[in-house]
Amino acid sequence: MSPLLTYIRPYEFSPAVLIGCLGAVILYLLGMRKRRLAGEKNGFWRSLSFFFGVALIYVVMQTYVDYLSQHMFWVHRVQHLVLHHLAPVFIVLAYPRVTLASAIPLRWRRQVLLPLWENFPLGTLYNFIQNPIVAPLLFFGLIFYWLQPELHFDAMLSSSMYQLMNWSMLIDGLLFWWLMLDDRMPHPSRTLHYPIRILILFLVMLAQIILGSHIAMEKTVIYDVYSVCGRAWPIDPITDQMVGGLTTWIPAGMMSVIGIILVIRLWMRHSVALEEAAAVSAG
Amino acid sequence: MGFLFHKLQIMLKTGTVLIFAMLISACSKDEHWATKNITGLMPQLKFSMLESNRDKPVQSEDYRGEVTLLYFGYTHCPDVCPLTLGRIKSALAHVGVAARHIRVLFVSVDPSRDNQAVLKSYTQYFGPQFIGLYANQAELRELTKRYRVTYGYDKPDKDGNYNVSHSSAVYAFDRKGQARLLIRPTDKVSAIASDLKQLLDES
Repeated sequence: MSPLLTYIRPYEFSPAVLIGCLGAVILYLLGMRKRRLAGEKNGFWRSLSFFFGVALIYVVMQTYVDYLSQHMFWVHRVQHLVLHHLAPVFIVLAYPRVTLASAIPLRWRRQVLLPLWENFPLGTLYNFIQNPIVAPLLFFGLIFYWLQPELHFDAMLSSSMYQLMNWSMLIDGLLFWWLMLDDRMPHPSRTLHYPIRILILFLVMLAQIILGSHIAMEKTVIYDVYSVCGRAWPIDPITDQMVGGLTTWIPAGMMSVIGIILVIRLWMRHSVALEEAAAVSAG
Repeated sequence: MGFLFHKLQIMLKTGTVLIFAMLISACSKDEHWATKNITGLMPQLKFSMLESNRDKPVQSEDYRGEVTLLYFGYTHCPDVCPLTLGRIKSALAHVGVAARHIRVLFVSVDPSRDNQAVLKSYTQYFGPQFIGLYANQAELRELTKRYRVTYGYDKPDKDGNYNVSHSSAVYAFDRKGQARLLIRPTDKVSAIASDLKQLLDES
């Protein structure tokens, strides 16, 4: 087999990942077309941001990266950085809500999606998670949960637990960053107020710094599963652990800083819009 | 529509109850293992390779009815492999006569250096229950993937010697071929022996 093919073909083929990624792209393309026909603009950078986010997910879940993630602690940390932070931020920044929705015929939305949302615990569950206390606890809690040494060991052995781990990180990442970067105005849309978002982002940064630095500076092997199951190439276990800890510490923390900057930008836009509205009504 | 949702809700609730019942029954099983219990985490033993002792193809089914230990290593290994196999050898001695129903499968992850003759003399040094297995890279990758282990090669030095990174775990399968235990380098010989006895005692 050619080396290139080894790198891009799925290590463990997952229909869910293929259908999920392909489905998202197709839906988005359909939405783009509909909006263009209706004379609305979608924006080049927004579309790019969406496709890039989906591509990132596919790469870390289906290619050679997935293999490396199972056999190198630091690659596993990079994989989760992408699933929990990077890819969700790119997708959320595309604000794909309108485009994705316009791909689905109105009748389907009314007769299938809306009842699903209202009759199932789905809507209730969403409101429960997207709460200023639950959301950050869940966001950091999941990182901590899957990094407990004994549980981490089992997750790396069991194929189904491994899938569950990655999907939970991705789905929670999308929910969390959408809650943080929601571009609807807090009032009257009842989305989170900007100072609360900044506080949440700051707190999850702090928690990740503590956890990441603890892993990075630990001098004994915490996650022995990689020694037990073999690493992708010979590397010192402590070096592997240190780089993994640093990944959880610095880039993951930096994502909060970027998040805070983006929230401030939304906040400023919002106040400018309010001032303009006030000026119009006064004038 | 409403009726359908009501039915689905009932189904979801029943499902939750069933899952809880299963969890409770799984926990209440009175089992104690000294090494890592991996029951239900990994798939059944399944492979088709070449066996070094008699130099012929073998299937996993050939070992049904025996407690089977699976280990991935290479004969040029300076430390981990001889140490692990040595500890298994001592554990088998602890088990006693019943140990004749245990098979230790040593799968070489370095097939370019470990030919049949090399593997045969290497495994026979540890005892008659030790069997060397080898295959081509593609088949080897399939088997290691199944047990979520891997291996990799360092660049050879000027004499052509190279290190191989590999798994240090020994997987234990019961007589039905189900994955049951994972023996780590930190496990004591006495712990391994008592777990092997317990596995042998199961029908």
